Amino acid sequence: MSSPIQLQPDETFVLNVGPQHPATHGVLRVKMEMNGEYIVNAETVIGYIHRMHEKMGENKTYPQYLMNLSRMDYLGAMGYSHGHVLVVEKASGIEVPERAEYIRAIMVELNRISSHLFWFGAFVMDLGGFSPLMYALQDREHILDMLEAVTGSRLTYCYFRFGGLYNDVDDEFVDAARRFIPRMRKSLIKYEKLVTGNIIFRKRLEGNALLSKETCRKYGATSAVARGSGINYDVRKNEPYSVYPEFDFDVPVYHEGDSLARYMVRMDEIEQSLRIIEQGLDKLPDGPIMPAKKPKLIKPPAGDYYQAVETARGNFGVRLVSDGTKIPYRLKLRSPTFSNMHLFDETCRGMMIMDALAFMGSLDLVIPEIDR
Amino acid sequence: MVAYFSEIYNGLISLFIGMGVTFKEFFKPTVTVQYPYETLTMADKYRGHVELIENDEGKPNCVACGLCARACPSGCITLAGEKPEGAKKKVLTRYILDFTRCSLCGSCVESCNFNALEFSKEYNLASTRKEDFIFDLLQRLEERNK
Repeated sequence: MSSPIQLQPDETFVLNVGPQHPATHGVLRVKMEMNGEYIVNAETVIGYIHRMHEKMGENKTYPQYLMNLSRMDYLGAMGYSHGHVLVVEKASGIEVPERAEYIRAIMVELNRISSHLFWFGAFVMDLGGFSPLMYALQDREHILDMLEAVTGSRLTYCYFRFGGLYNDVDDEFVDAARRFIPRMRKSLIKYEKLVTGNIIFRKRLEGNALLSKETCRKYGATSAVARGSGINYDVRKNEPYSVYPEFDFDVPVYHEGDSLARYMVRMDEIEQSLRIIEQGLDKLPDGPIMPAKKPKLIKPPAGDYYQAVETARGNFGVRLVSDGTKIPYRLKLRSPTFSNMHLFDETCRGMMIMDALAFMGSLDLVIPEIDR
Repeated sequence: MVAYFSEIYNGLISLFIGMGVTFKEFFKPTVTVQYPYETLTMADKYRGHVELIENDEGKPNCVACGLCARACPSGCITLAGEKPEGAKKKVLTRYILDFTRCSLCGSCVESCNFNALEFSKEYNLASTRKEDFIFDLLQRLEERNK
């Protein structure tokens, strides 16, 4: 019989977390060099769900590529489609009717809340609390029902079209959205009491994985990761697009830089999104949802175009290089989670494995969006 | 020492708040549906796979123009039509939807100018054979009419 392996005091071993692991929220693999419970070195390995979305963009016509964008991020698909339609509209000079712009903003914000709710539930589950996930999913269900009634789909919406929208919203949707706002506000108070105030939760997260402004800048981190470290950057405010200048909302910024700060930013963002939806519903103008004059075949003039949008996970940019044909020459997608995730390797050195997984949860990773 | 006891006190408060929420939720109506026994009705605009729309005579509205096949990003649709002698329009003879490649984007329905395609409400699609997902829509239409 062989004797068990005895590790020397300073000997390290390699622990493989993923690619199929409940704590990594997808097919992310982390190679961790461990010294007991402490991480000496970590390396994130991606590419397990690479589907060549960028290459597909170079082979399909513009309208045919529309549905790919919602496959990138299964939790906040609207934001990604928004970036794509905006850049093509910018390139081909298509005017979008005002009603369509407002509906787009409302849809994107609803989707942002649903994404944050799912993240909230999954994050608390990572830390060992199960029931908040169920409450969060119950609230998210209301949003998905609303979106399904309008778009016909629950996750991969494919709702935006060049110049407008696929379907118009009806009064039923407006009523449902109006009913949803106070309900969500009530739920936020519940989450505040149940989770944010919970002493175990706070003790796990306070001072966990401190990120400095410099680290965030170095890696190009955006969204709650940057805003939790004191960087006041939100594409909706810094480079306004669509109808966002019309709305009155704040960008929550926390200076602590720990996982709790990132959590707080996202929870405050839900409230801000509710404010945007409220104003959007009040201001929603009547009119068409598709422009009267729209080119039959989309052929943007040759050139280089870029548009960034703020999705639930951060700054999503689309760079479109057109050579004047009906197929793009190059379509580069800048995905926010890719930048946010790479902070992990550097920051988790010296941390205990459970703290590192809490930190990973606070980054809000969606792996299909990293691999594209 | 004071901090130690205040922590225990706060911990107890957190515990009671959590239990309070659970207690309240316990008396709220159930929101889950016991799926195989109960099902929800799908939304009117639900996007399932496509089906052909028939005209008053029970024949498909489709004139086999092929716009849907060209609009499809994944090349799911194969169709054929022929012109009977003396007729003005083409008549559809074959319409195959390869659902294994379909991503339910709805481009085909949008591209149609003849009101020939609609979304079905079907979502219980499961099989162990790939061939089960190659739908002959013309045959499905005939079966519906029976």
